[in-house]
This record gives sequence, structure tokens and C-alpha cells, in this order.
Amino acid sequence: MAALIETEHLSRSYRLGGVEVPALRDVTVSVPHGQFIAVMGPSGSGKSTFLNLIGCLDRPSGGTYRLDGEDVSRLTADALAAVRSRKLGFVFQGFHLLPRADARANVELPMVYAGLARRARRERAERALARVGLGARMHHRPNELSGGQQQRVAIARAIVNEPVLLLADEPTGALDTRTSLEIMALFQELNRGGLAVLLVTHEPEMARFAERLLRFRDGRLVDDRMQRPESAAAALDALPAADAA
Amino acid sequence: MSSLAIGRARRGSMGLGTALAGALSAIAANPLRAALTMLGIVIGTAAVIATVAVGSGAREVVLAQIRSLGSNLIIILPGAQSTGGVRTGTGFSQTLTYDDGTAILRDVPSVALAVPGVRSTQQVVAGGANWSTTVQGTTLDFLEAREWEIAAGRAWTAEEEARAAKVALVGESVAVALFGDADPVGAQIRIRNVPFEVVGLLARKGQASTGLDQDDLVLTPLWTARRSIIGASRANARAVGTILVKVHEGEDMAAVEEDVRALLRQRHRLAATEPDDFSMRNLAEIAATRDASARTLSVLLSSVATVSLLVGGIGIMNIMLVSVTERTREIGLRLAVGARRRDILLQFLLEAVTLSLIGGLAGIALGVAAANLAAASAGWPVLIEPAAVGIAVGFSALVGIVFGFYPARRAATLDPIAALRHE
Repeated sequence: MAALIETEHLSRSYRLGGVEVPALRDVTVSVPHGQFIAVMGPSGSGKSTFLNLIGCLDRPSGGTYRLDGEDVSRLTADALAAVRSRKLGFVFQGFHLLPRADARANVELPMVYAGLARRARRERAERALARVGLGARMHHRPNELSGGQQQRVAIARAIVNEPVLLLADEPTGALDTRTSLEIMALFQELNRGGLAVLLVTHEPEMARFAERLLRFRDGRLVDDRMQRPESAAAALDALPAADAA
Repeated sequence: MSSLAIGRARRGSMGLGTALAGALSAIAANPLRAALTMLGIVIGTAAVIATVAVGSGAREVVLAQIRSLGSNLIIILPGAQSTGGVRTGTGFSQTLTYDDGTAILRDVPSVALAVPGVRSTQQVVAGGANWSTTVQGTTLDFLEAREWEIAAGRAWTAEEEARAAKVALVGESVAVALFGDADPVGAQIRIRNVPFEVVGLLARKGQASTGLDQDDLVLTPLWTARRSIIGASRANARAVGTILVKVHEGEDMAAVEEDVRALLRQRHRLAATEPDDFSMRNLAEIAATRDASARTLSVLLSSVATVSLLVGGIGIMNIMLVSVTERTREIGLRLAVGARRRDILLQFLLEAVTLSLIGGLAGIALGVAAANLAAASAGWPVLIEPAAVGIAVGFSALVGIVFGFYPARRAATLDPIAALRHE
């Protein structure tokens, strides 16, 4: 079976004031289905550019990118939107929930654009919310939920279309340690269910839960290694009780 | 491998219901702002509705006046000639004769009817009641020229007219004044102590444009009036007070007027330097003047409508641009979860159209109220035409589309990455 992510000499540069500035250079990487990868690097290292390309939010300046066997390097904006709709789920640092919509309506959003009927949307949104542990909070609006709960809603939204890859951009950046570990535990649980996770983070604390680590520097992939992932659930149990509150 | 269900699902546009609910909730999030934005559209639409209602109401009034007078009529009155600087008032001299009428009918081909008449104000007595009214002596053609129906009884016959029988037709106001609820047909009335038989009751005409009660009238055959009421004391026994000329449908009234004038001047042997010894009035012209003033009002209101809709549209564009900026992150997210450019474009376009349509509906309500008020004060009927309401709705939707397009396009062409990062 084809790899989930397969890039060859992938590069991306931006034109700034008439000068070509490379943001990502010559990245060749292959990721099988179901892998949990952490992407690390200082700011300006190219990790965000890499995430945008892998997430089909951007198109490469050079090289090729095959997602789930399909070459997506030269697709139109709308074709990329279709790919995102079918194959990808996004989780962001700032949650990006619609403030006026309740949890269920937020989770329904990707299915609206996928063209699902209302009843199917409702059922699947409720199932996804139950899966992230928010079955009892369907009708709460974002401002009635804690940060961790909001991020869980965002994760439910990301998985509701049954993607092959979950892209998480600093998902714990706005959360405290305990909540961060809870979110990481949820990612690990989803990953055990067969969902590939690509986590962009600058916290080594969070990267240790991934089974593979990619490091970027100056737009290049400088390190690619497998590691034994730690259990976020175990780390959560090990937290001093005083942290719980 | 795992994205089967979605892969099979039809990727169409989102349902209209979902989209509309989204637009309404976005509008409801800022009710005051939405209300202020709609104001221009509200005023514009109200002006459209009021324009059409006032315009057609006024036109209806004018048409009704023309109808009640009888269309295509020219009234010829004697007099208005000046002698040594002194102008004799129209209607008092005796320059117009019965034979002028006959000649007009015979020599001007466009003329359908020429109806001579003599009028005088008389005290009419029936039993114990009496009433001062206008008694008009005329020919049977009068009823046809004025398009006047008989409500009860009959018109007098040609034979009665020829022998100057003492028969009369009474207008509704006269009948009520003299007989109350009783049937006037067959009753006797006395005019100048001369007994007349009422053979028929005229149908109700209502008020003329001047406010005159057209039903306050008694008609008798022309020669009956001349002999029995006015008397032959006047110098010219064949003189008449008016000649009512009815022109065939579709003829050029001005041309006919010229022909009639030329004929009368020739018959009256007027030298080229002498002024007319009669005057002519064209009822359609009088009505047209009124119609023109109603049209001026319409033009004024239409300009208000156009300007308001334009300003309202710019207001919508402005607020939609603000909304796009405020919701840049939301747009970024929608794009990330699979919205296409078209979905975003339609979302914002629909929001603009919803905004302008709500304004349009409020404007229709306001316009109907304003039209009712204007009609009540001007004494016009209110005519809210469904077509006008349709046009108003269409216009407000169009304003939403035209002025909402630029902001919506701007939203749809946002770069998803930049939009997601937007603060």
C-alpha cells in the first residue's frame, strides 16, 4: 500500500520585496499510515511551512507531494479544499471555534461542506463529541467551555469526517500542563485507532509522546528519527495531585 | 482507506436552509448594526412602493374624472369675444346656436356627436318639497356623450323630444331632495309652475373634479326647456348655452378643435383680425395637467428611491467589508475544514442579500403605510400593486447582490494560511 505522506524534494519559497526567500528546501520524507509524528524546530525553521504543505493549505514551489497515493502538488484551490474535506483534520493552538455556534454545530461544520444531510451530520457530530469525552456538553457554546474542552470540540471537528491524517499545530500552546497531557492522551488514543497524527510543537515535553520525530532548521529537515513514545495517560497519572484543580 | 463515507458523499453546495440560518445568525449577532445598515434600503424601498402607489392612485383619479365627464369631449361656450376692450363673460352671450351644432356634426368628420344645451338654475317643486337645481335642456345624444346611464325608468323618446313634451330625467341628488326614498319615476315635478313628468332617474355620477355635485341636475328636451322654462324672450330663439362635442376614439383632439374653430369662425363671419366669439375647453387637457403634476411627484419619489437604494447599498457593502475583516479567522477555518471559494462567496453574498431583503420587507411595510397616509390626505384611492411589491423586493435583492459581491469576493479569495493566523 502507498505511504500516507510521500514528498520528494519538496520546497517552498516566498517572494518578499523582489527577493526569493526559501522557507522550505528539498524535503524528502515518507510517512506510513497510522504514524504519530512530532515536528519540531525553532521559529523560522520551516516547520509551519511544512505543516501548511502537508495540510494542503498551500502549494509547493518545487518537488512533489503525494497524499494517500494522490499527487496533490499541483491541484487548484478548490481541489485542495476537497482533499482537506475528505482526508485531513486540523487542530489549532487557538481552537478556532465559531463563537455563536454550540459544540455540536461546530463539529458539524466540516460535514456541511462535505454535503452531508442534516440528520447524518447531527448523528456523526454527537458520536464524535462522545468520542472526545464531551457527550454531555453538546449544546454548550465555546465561551461556556474550558480551554481543554474547547480543544476537545476542535478535535471532534477534526475527526468527524474520518480523515486519514490529523494535523495539530501547537495544540497545547494555550493549555496548562494537565490539560495538555489530557489532549496528548486523546491524540494517542485516536492514533491507536489507526489515525495518523502530525503534531507541530516547540515543546519537547509534548514531542516525547510521538513515535517519530522530525526536526527542521533553516528550512531543511535535519533530523528524522524513530523513538519509543511515552504514554501520556501514564504521565497524567504521575502528575502530583496538587496540580489537579 | 478510511475516508469512505465522505468520499462517496456528494460534494454539493451546502443546503440553502443551513446557509440561510448561518446568514440570519450572523445578522442577529449585531442587531443594531444590521438595523442601521438596512435603513437606506428601508427608505429606498418605501419610496419605491409609495411612488408607484401614489402614481397609480393619482392616475386612477384622473382616469375616473375623464370617465365621469365622458372621454374625448370638447365643450364649446358662447362669448369671450371682446368688444372695445370689454370682455363678455363666457356663457352669457348668444353667439352659439343650435344650427352651429348641426353644422359641426355635418362638416367635421371626426366628430361623433354635437350636443347643444341650455342651462338655467330653477326652483323645482314636487308636492311639499322644493329644491334649487340646474335644469338643462338638451338632446338625447347628451346621455351618450357623457356616457350617462339611466338607473330607473327610461330616457325620453325622439318623438317626445321632437314635440317638446314636458318630460324630465332627474339626477340622484335631486330625486333624494324631492322624493326621499320614494321612487321618482312617474312622479310629477313643477318647474316655473310648469308640470313635468319624471320619466327616468339618472345613474349616480358622483363629484366632478371641481367638487361640483354632478347628480344635482334635471334634464329636459332642449326645445321644452327653451319654450317652457327659459322662454323665447331672448333675442335669438335658436341660441344655445353650450355645445358638447364628442370626438371619435383615437382622433387628434387638437386637430379636431382647429377644424371646429375654423368652421365656427366661418359661420359667424369673423374677420381674420377678430377674436373668437366662443371658447372651447378640452376635458382631456384639464385631466392631463393633473396627471402631469402626479407624474412630477412620482419622479421626485423615484429619485429619492434611487438615491436611498444607492446609499443603502454602499452601507451594506461597508458593513460587509467590516464583517469580512472581523471574521477573517472564521473564513480561514471554514477553508481549512473543506469550504471551497464558492462556498465562502455564497455565504457572504447570502448574508448581504438577506440583510437587504429584510430591509426591503420593512421598507414595503413603511411604504404601504406612507401611501395610505398620502392617499388619505389627498383623497386618492390606495393602489398597492403586487407588481410594485415584486419590483421592490427584486430591487432590494439586487442591491444586496451588487453591493455584497465585492466584500464576498474578497472573503472568498483570502489565503487560508494568512486568514487562520489573522488576529
